[in-house]
Amino acid sequence: MRRALAALPTLCRIGLTEAVAYRAEMVVWLLTTTMPLVMLGLWTSVADEAPFRAWGSRDFVAYYLAALIVRNLTSNWVAWQIAEEIRTGTVSGRLLRPIHPFAGYLGTHLGAVPLRALAVAPVAIILVASSARAVLVTDPVHVAALVAALLGAWALTFALFVGLGTLAFFLDKPMGIIEVYFGVFAIFSGYLIPLPLLPGWVQALADWLPFRAMLGDPVAIAIGRVPDGAAAWALVGRQWAWAAGLMLVATVAWHRGVRRYEAFGG
Amino acid sequence: MIEVVGLRKHFRVHRRKPGLAAAVRSLWHRTYDTVKAVDDISFTIERGERVGFLGPNGAGKTTTMKVLAGLLHPSAGQVTVEGHRPAQRDPAFLERITLVMGQKQQLLWDLPPSETYALNRAVFGLDPAAAARTLGELTELLGLAGLVDKPTRQLSLGERMKCELAAALLHQPTTLFLDEPTIGLDVAMQVTIRDFIRDYNQRHDATVLLTSHYMDDVVALCPRVIVIDGGHLIHDGDLRALVKTMIPDKLVSFTAALPADEVARLGEVVKSEHGRITIRVPEARLREVVGHVLDRAGTDLAVEDPPLEDVMRKLFHTKRAP
Repeated sequence: MRRALAALPTLCRIGLTEAVAYRAEMVVWLLTTTMPLVMLGLWTSVADEAPFRAWGSRDFVAYYLAALIVRNLTSNWVAWQIAEEIRTGTVSGRLLRPIHPFAGYLGTHLGAVPLRALAVAPVAIILVASSARAVLVTDPVHVAALVAALLGAWALTFALFVGLGTLAFFLDKPMGIIEVYFGVFAIFSGYLIPLPLLPGWVQALADWLPFRAMLGDPVAIAIGRVPDGAAAWALVGRQWAWAAGLMLVATVAWHRGVRRYEAFGG
Repeated sequence: MIEVVGLRKHFRVHRRKPGLAAAVRSLWHRTYDTVKAVDDISFTIERGERVGFLGPNGAGKTTTMKVLAGLLHPSAGQVTVEGHRPAQRDPAFLERITLVMGQKQQLLWDLPPSETYALNRAVFGLDPAAAARTLGELTELLGLAGLVDKPTRQLSLGERMKCELAAALLHQPTTLFLDEPTIGLDVAMQVTIRDFIRDYNQRHDATVLLTSHYMDDVVALCPRVIVIDGGHLIHDGDLRALVKTMIPDKLVSFTAALPADEVARLGEVVKSEHGRITIRVPEARLREVVGHVLDRAGTDLAVEDPPLEDVMRKLFHTKRAP
């Protein structure tokens, strides 16, 4: 553990270097996450006629631009990476290093965050410059909770994706499950439609799933849709509990998976 | 030191006949076979030994190597490498071994090898000054100057393999598992890699287990060979003794204008080109034949063991025969 922490700065630096080397792929990847812009166009045209359940155009602009920023800052492709490395046997190289492979993946994807931040900076500028600025939180308690929620969303997404990628030890092609995941995420995270606008039973189900903590909760904190600071920190606590729990599950699954690993091709 | 006792590694493999009907049937009913990649092998390798690990394709060499390196969990048996159980992959174990696979690269593909070296330095917790010194030595021995700052994808196969070796040895392991380290390399590069491996073995008293389809690698590097076929160990011992046992003949080459019937009386003609003749001679008649050739004004006389390829072919044929 101590060695992994000591190696983390180097791992992050190499992760950033790789992200720069793969910048074209990253741009293409970012282009696949523009769904909030499509939904923004749809909902603002609805809200221009009349507010929808007390959500006006300005609220939708704030929500979807914030969603785009959160999604791009906290997402990664580690599930695909792990699945491919297990399938082709290239994960063998990681298994020969004296740190847990998760530390290597962590460095790679943390290292890419600055480039992701750079890519979404124009969206953040538009958000702050628009009239939607009025709904953004500014008090220190909410801003601190927002920062913690962004870190938590990153950690939770990473833990969930590491777990999904680890399925490749047990399944020939886990990509199908990853695709199913994305459909479920899109609904229960608030990625497609803000959770408060969904039917009550969907909201109730979302409370029992981790997805809203990956996107909807940080966005709700950012645009002042959480009643007070205590409620915001409660969401953050729930989010970090999910992240820790899923990381534990992923770690156990990894150790079981490695026992089944056949290292074909690598 | 490496100790292997009764090692077995079996894989469960899904079998399906070709065609759409078989594909549809396999949705409900799957047939599995057990492939015994390694089946009850035992051997011991002492510290500092260089051992060739030989066998035809699919014999179980790479599977055994992967078990020894901790990538695969054995189905049965005991494996100890430098006092560690490889499957547990203790950091202390991983610091002492390396696995180089000629057909797989571990360098970061789109970045220069120097970045892989920085990564390894960090994850192995190496002292920067010591790592720089080691890298300097490796750069000199392998001729890496000018290569380490070019993206890996732009290196030739030989250049990449040299950089792979440097990455694999930066932490100065004392047990080397080398799986086809010279595959696809030209002859000059093969010689460079062989010389380097021998030098590393002697400098660090490192244990080397080598697989190679190039028998020249084995002859040049490994006084001892372990041969497996079909997952079973079929020979473990001195390479020269194996050659002598399997083919107790020598190849005698010379240049001389001798009548064909006289040459045939000396031994079985293996090759005759541009006046240079190579004959196979039983060892018991070697002195007599060499004396005769010299008496008949033969020049450029050379006596060699038969090629290791021939020895292996005969060994596999003998062991497989009912």
